[in-house]
Amino acid sequence: MDTIKKLFIGLLVLVVFTPLGLLAVGETFGEWGPEEVKDKLGFVPPGLESLSSLWSAPLPDYAIPGAEDSMTVAAAAYILSAVIGVVICAGLLYLVGKRIARD
Amino acid sequence: MHIPDGYLGPYTYVAMWIIMIPIWYYAASRLGRELRSKQVPLLALAAAFSFVIMMFNVPIPGGSTGHAVGGAIVGIVLGPWAAVIAISVALVLQALMFGDGGITAIAANCFNMAVIMPFAAFYVYKFISGSTDIMSSRRVAASAVAGYVSLSLAAACTGLMFGLQPLLHSSPEGIPLYMPYGLNIALPAMLLEHLLGFSILEALVTALIFAYIQRTDTSLLYEESRGSRKIREKKAIAA
Repeated sequence: MDTIKKLFIGLLVLVVFTPLGLLAVGETFGEWGPEEVKDKLGFVPPGLESLSSLWSAPLPDYAIPGAEDSMTVAAAAYILSAVIGVVICAGLLYLVGKRIARD
Repeated sequence: MHIPDGYLGPYTYVAMWIIMIPIWYYAASRLGRELRSKQVPLLALAAAFSFVIMMFNVPIPGGSTGHAVGGAIVGIVLGPWAAVIAISVALVLQALMFGDGGITAIAANCFNMAVIMPFAAFYVYKFISGSTDIMSSRRVAASAVAGYVSLSLAAACTGLMFGLQPLLHSSPEGIPLYMPYGLNIALPAMLLEHLLGFSILEALVTALIFAYIQRTDTSLLYEESRGSRKIREKKAIAA
């Protein structure tokens, strides 16, 4: 079996194990929501507040909105997000790549 | 390292769009000139890998979490310009679909993770590898250092963008309008958590995948594929 196929299988294994990434609890510097900023500073910078609600992602934080409480649902949503990511990233570049490739 | 909407003021995020549009344009036109159909699966795989590896959040002491980016190995394997496209695709999808990184900050995030990382990694790897044989273990070490240095540089650049905001955008009363922490806090915070944590992870991921490709199929590596193409071209001219 060629290396690319094996690397792809390795990627699929990673996808299955992505929920491990949910175990890390804690904050990430500079990625706080407006409420967290308020807890830190006592106020929310006005520009930050107005821009932060600019975009509503369909699956914010790789989760299904309103179903964050169940760990099982969260893990399933996380794997689903990874599958969506793989299908769109790989699919898009594969199709465009095949179209523009020189031979 | 995914800067959300609201942390960068317009001076910074507009400037980053102005910088990134020609970079994307040039990277795409190079891809159009150089891509061969044999390399297409690898390009697709690289973008998907980068997307997935960023989902593996790991905690570090001090209560912070973060992740590797995969930008180093993608840069070394695909070459830096193709890596710009592959990683950018992953980052744009993360922003649009999953709210990971802001819409206004797409260009800034792509600059840090899809430009600085693969370019830094590619040239660090090349510099340390020198003229050693493609199977040399020195190249594995070079890829590890490339992973470590490139993610740390990307983190420093992110910290710089954050830290400039209070200087660029504050109300007349001195209230910050966007990212509230200045360079004295943002730069060391971003840099330290990467130097002591996530960059080590990036180094391991990079070296592991590099060693695997080195042992199984070196023709996948950008340098090798270009080298063999040059040899073929020479042979064609000689014939």
